[in-house]
Amino acid sequence: MGKYALKLYVTGHTPRSQQAIDNLRGILEAEFADRYELEIIDVLDKPQLAEDEKILATPTLIKELPPPLRRVIGDLSDRDQVLLGLDLRTVGEGQPDTSDGGSHHD
Amino acid sequence: MTESGPLGIEKCPTAIDGFEFIADGGLPAGRATLVAGSSGSGKTIFSAQFLVEGIRQWGQPGVFVTFEEPPAAIRDNFESLGWPMADWEADRRWAFVDLSPEEDQPEVAGAFDLGALLPRIEHAVHRIGARRLVIDSLGTLYTQFNDRHMVRRALGRLMAAVRRMGVTTLVTAERTEEYGAVARFEVEEFVADSVVLLRNVLEGDKRRRTIEILKMRGTSHQKGEFPFTISNAAGGVSIIPLSAIELNQAASEERASFGVPDLDAMCAGGLLRQSVALVAGPTGTGKSLITSHFLTGDPAERSLLFAFEEGSSQLHRNAAGWDLPFARMEAEGALRIQSVYPETASLEDHLVHMKKAIDHFRPQRVAIDSLSALERVGSDRGFREFLIALVAHLRAQGITTLLTTNTSNLQGGGIASEAQVSSMTDTIILLRYAEQAAQIKRGLVVLKMRGSDQDKAVREFTVTDRGIRVGEPFSASGGSLLGFAEG
Repeated sequence: MGKYALKLYVTGHTPRSQQAIDNLRGILEAEFADRYELEIIDVLDKPQLAEDEKILATPTLIKELPPPLRRVIGDLSDRDQVLLGLDLRTVGEGQPDTSDGGSHHD
Repeated sequence: MTESGPLGIEKCPTAIDGFEFIADGGLPAGRATLVAGSSGSGKTIFSAQFLVEGIRQWGQPGVFVTFEEPPAAIRDNFESLGWPMADWEADRRWAFVDLSPEEDQPEVAGAFDLGALLPRIEHAVHRIGARRLVIDSLGTLYTQFNDRHMVRRALGRLMAAVRRMGVTTLVTAERTEEYGAVARFEVEEFVADSVVLLRNVLEGDKRRRTIEILKMRGTSHQKGEFPFTISNAAGGVSIIPLSAIELNQAASEERASFGVPDLDAMCAGGLLRQSVALVAGPTGTGKSLITSHFLTGDPAERSLLFAFEEGSSQLHRNAAGWDLPFARMEAEGALRIQSVYPETASLEDHLVHMKKAIDHFRPQRVAIDSLSALERVGSDRGFREFLIALVAHLRAQGITTLLTTNTSNLQGGGIASEAQVSSMTDTIILLRYAEQAAQIKRGLVVLKMRGSDQDKAVREFTVTDRGIRVGEPFSASGGSLLGFAEG
């Protein structure tokens, strides 16, 4: 399995921005250790990136890899919603998802 | 580029046809104006045209912030109006800020705000050096996010930033009623100083667009509703400023000849130059004949005919039968015939087309045959406004004008246009059937002629292979006119 490529868009060095960064790092370190790359983008410094990505709400977390592209907005304090929104599993054992009842094979 | 309004606030001209007149010079420069209207009232086109004319007339770049349609759809729409969006975006004269809703709603995991809104808009404005800004439309965020307090804070900050940037801005807002609250979600709280309302009202079975300036920060403006049109031919929005009719009424005392001495004599020498004459009569009495004489009356003048009843070839055959030089004049560029089916366009669009044809051909004489054909196209009110605007334009150009109507009855009970038209005309020529010695004959009378001592007799006329021939007064020979109501 390849690495997770994540981008976190924040607006300035605000408490909310810092909280989102801390929350995200906590989740990623606990669940994925060194299997992720995280880029933090301040839309005040890089507004054109925000335009290109159509960012409106901040903080916005984007999972670029693996596909599909997913977005989560908020300060990421709701850990379950973050994992759900990013299609990430909390299992940590790397087991495939079987919730589809095995109706098809990989 | 800007001019001071009467009360010292700079005005930013829009170059939207007619808007400077109703806004006394334009929008408040460097400030925001709310453009509120129901769905389909033309807010987006109106606002976009403000940017378009800024680019075209003054080379001022513009930013279009869209909360609703994605830029791809807007580009297609605007390209169809002849606006070269791709070129302008490539040249940094136009930039979109795309805030249209995402197809997939993002997952929400904690508190957030709309923190990228301002940076993106400010970035776009600075990137292309925008002098004009459109935000379309302000209330949309309320439908996307449940947290109304958050949206309200974001919009408040946005409008404060717009004021700081000092770009002339149009902010659109949705209305749910044509005559009710200014805007949905009360967004006018953010842009309260200047408010323009666009309406698209159903009148009878016809739609009618109007624009009204509700207020305009510290500057004067015209009051009330003005009709407007949106058409590809006009290149977008065109406003019809009815009050302009008051501007010029100075008509000449010179005469415009019919080229027929008998007819001229009845009008004390001909129609007043730069005046408007009406020829009214039932079908077949000779309105087209009088019109044709008028168009060919002076070989030194250029004449333009708007023909709504007959095609060009039929008109040429008629003229040839009366020995009138339509063909030669047309070949020499002294006559132009625009033959149009009335039902092909709305009255507003007809008006735009006719003004364009007049401005392009620059005639000394214009004839419209007939107004009755046009009256079918719109509501009574729409027709009245069309007529006022058209007559005002013709007078402003110093054109001598002949209008015709089909009427069956002179006094009362006639079609609505007769009373309306006659109040706007300087001269009225009535054509009637008359019975004399058990024969139906045709009679003509100059009923009204401003400032002239015209012949008031009802005279018989005949149609010959040289056109009209005016004869003796009926009164002298004891005939009776048909269709004149007594009393």
